[in-house]
Amino acid sequence: MSEKIPAKIRLRSIVDKVYQNAWDAKERGEPVGWSSSKFPAEIAEALGLAVCYPENQAAAISAKHGGQRMCEHAEALGYDNDICGYARISMAYAAGFEAEEKAMPQPDFLLCCNNICNCMTKWYENIARMHDIPLVMIDVPYNNTVEVGDDYVQYIRGQFDDAIKQLEEISGRKMNEKKFEEVCANSNRTAKAWLKVCSYLQYKPSPFAGFDLFNHMAVVVTARCKLESALAFEALAEELQENVKNNHSTWKYEEKHRIMFEGIPCWPQLQPLFKPLKENGMNTTAVVYAPAFGFAYSNLDELMKAYCKAPNSVCLETGVDWREGICRENKVDGILVHYNRSCKPWSGYMPEMERRFRKDLGVPVVSFDGDQADPRNFSEAQYNTRVEGLYEVMEEYKAKKEAK
Amino acid sequence: MSEIFTMGIDVGSTSSKCIILKNGKEIVSKSMIPVGAGTSGPRRVVEAVLRESKLSIEDLSYILATGYGRHMMDWVHSEMSELSCHAKAAYFLYPNVRTVIDIGGQDAKVLRISPQGMLTNFAMNDKCAAGTGRFLDVMARVIEVEVDDLGVLSAQSTNVINISSTCTVFAESEVISQLAQNTHINDIVRGIHRSVAGRVAGLAKRVGVEDDVVMTGGVAKNNGVVVALEEELYKKIHVSPLAQYAGALGAALYAFDKRES
Ligand code: SF4
Repeated sequence: MSEKIPAKIRLRSIVDKVYQNAWDAKERGEPVGWSSSKFPAEIAEALGLAVCYPENQAAAISAKHGGQRMCEHAEALGYDNDICGYARISMAYAAGFEAEEKAMPQPDFLLCCNNICNCMTKWYENIARMHDIPLVMIDVPYNNTVEVGDDYVQYIRGQFDDAIKQLEEISGRKMNEKKFEEVCANSNRTAKAWLKVCSYLQYKPSPFAGFDLFNHMAVVVTARCKLESALAFEALAEELQENVKNNHSTWKYEEKHRIMFEGIPCWPQLQPLFKPLKENGMNTTAVVYAPAFGFAYSNLDELMKAYCKAPNSVCLETGVDWREGICRENKVDGILVHYNRSCKPWSGYMPEMERRFRKDLGVPVVSFDGDQADPRNFSEAQYNTRVEGLYEVMEEYKAKKEAK
Repeated sequence: MSEIFTMGIDVGSTSSKCIILKNGKEIVSKSMIPVGAGTSGPRRVVEAVLRESKLSIEDLSYILATGYGRHMMDWVHSEMSELSCHAKAAYFLYPNVRTVIDIGGQDAKVLRISPQGMLTNFAMNDKCAAGTGRFLDVMARVIEVEVDDLGVLSAQSTNVINISSTCTVFAESEVISQLAQNTHINDIVRGIHRSVAGRVAGLAKRVGVEDDVVMTGGVAKNNGVVVALEEELYKKIHVSPLAQYAGALGAALYAFDKRES
């Protein structure tokens, strides 16, 4: 009998396959798309189109320390350094600057959905012009109510149907109803398995290091409609169940405290980011990606609604609810907020969220400045002081609780 | 009871401070050297307090380091962040303290303290140096006055002017253009203080400001900043003569608590 492949390896190979698939398609002369992370992936998948993900690519380039070089190329092209680092890296790559850290084929069409943010729209428009290629756009207006209204559903549905037509033309294939349903079923299954994996962070001590989710996220972004993704997450959930049973964890240190890490990590500084956390026994047991990427739907209208719920397109109340929900479930003692110089929409509503976390959860909240892609916006010494301060406050809370 | 001596060293970005405490209550000696992490400052400041107190290292039960350069002090018993140390010192000096504002060389922080003296929350400046001691150093150089004189100058101001840039470099050009327009130095200095106070007050409001408010750190010596902050926050601000030793004092107090464990 062959040995069981660890879920972590299976997950990584799924992402590699997405990119390999795109290279192969390019070689066969088939069109390759670039897609924003929350464009309804179901359409291209059902039509058998190869798609790559610039956000994922930019994160990978940044983690391998190519972020600054690519950002500087973009700035030399005239893009301001206030623009999101992912956008700068991606536009530099589209303009022909190579990135061995994570290469992918140049696009023949673009899939843009601004449910993530509006920077996305301009970023994709720029690339569409650079390459003179079609841009399939789905506009999702900012959702300022907790419920998604029917008008939203209709507005997005119209664009969704139109996107199908455009992609039928690009692929030269007709949409097959059965195939579409199968893809939707996979997407739901992946979401469910993803949520199950995330739910293991409830256990104390946790059977895994929450930072792992930042890596696994890549699969939800690039391959959520594939059956193998659902299967790999289900396998991971089984491994975690085993960990709980055997008191194992991928968090190799003492779990003195449990925190929520809010925001995208600083990919260029993953080591410095992790260092004071592990040294002080602070495991991350809550990240907003858990609820934000675990959407399920049972019909097309619900699918439209699901795509209205991205981290930056939901109203403050929903955003707070998501986070406070996982903080309570996963029993966090403190919150570390990344004010990400790249991501204005995300960082912009953090001061008010911080205020609510303090009030509603009664835990210390500490913030630091950084950037998901551009290393020039992070200071390690400043970060360390903030994390140590957070640790000391959590220790005081703990001592007080134990004294009672 | 035999006497217990503990030492607190605060290795900041621009200065080193050290205090020796007797029985966790009484300051036996203190010293400050105006150079910080990575310089001869930490060594010299320790030598100075030992000399003054006529004690040797062996007489000390526990030594604790804090401040930006605390990790470079590998010979001490332990380290703590300056946040906890400032909170500890402020509570020692003012038992009714609920809010501490500390403006240091390159950091500004606001701490919330519980009635029992526990640090419950804090906010710190972002990456930018505006609103910190460094900002004041740069401005003093531009207008050719000593940093220590800034407080006296702004007290004599008769006009309110605005330095609106939050960026140190842009604020510098604003100050230069005010000089070119012959604006009185006193008014410019007051404007600079208001700009620092505006930044720090924003930070304070994020964690909530409750009486008593105590200011610690080197910048507390500058009465112009204290007054500007009082105006911004509509609160009385208490400043101890030991304000700039707060980090070292807190460290020495923690050292006393920790000496047994
Ligand atoms: S601005 Fe934020 S949400 Fe938009 S692309 Fe950049 S990181 Fe993503």
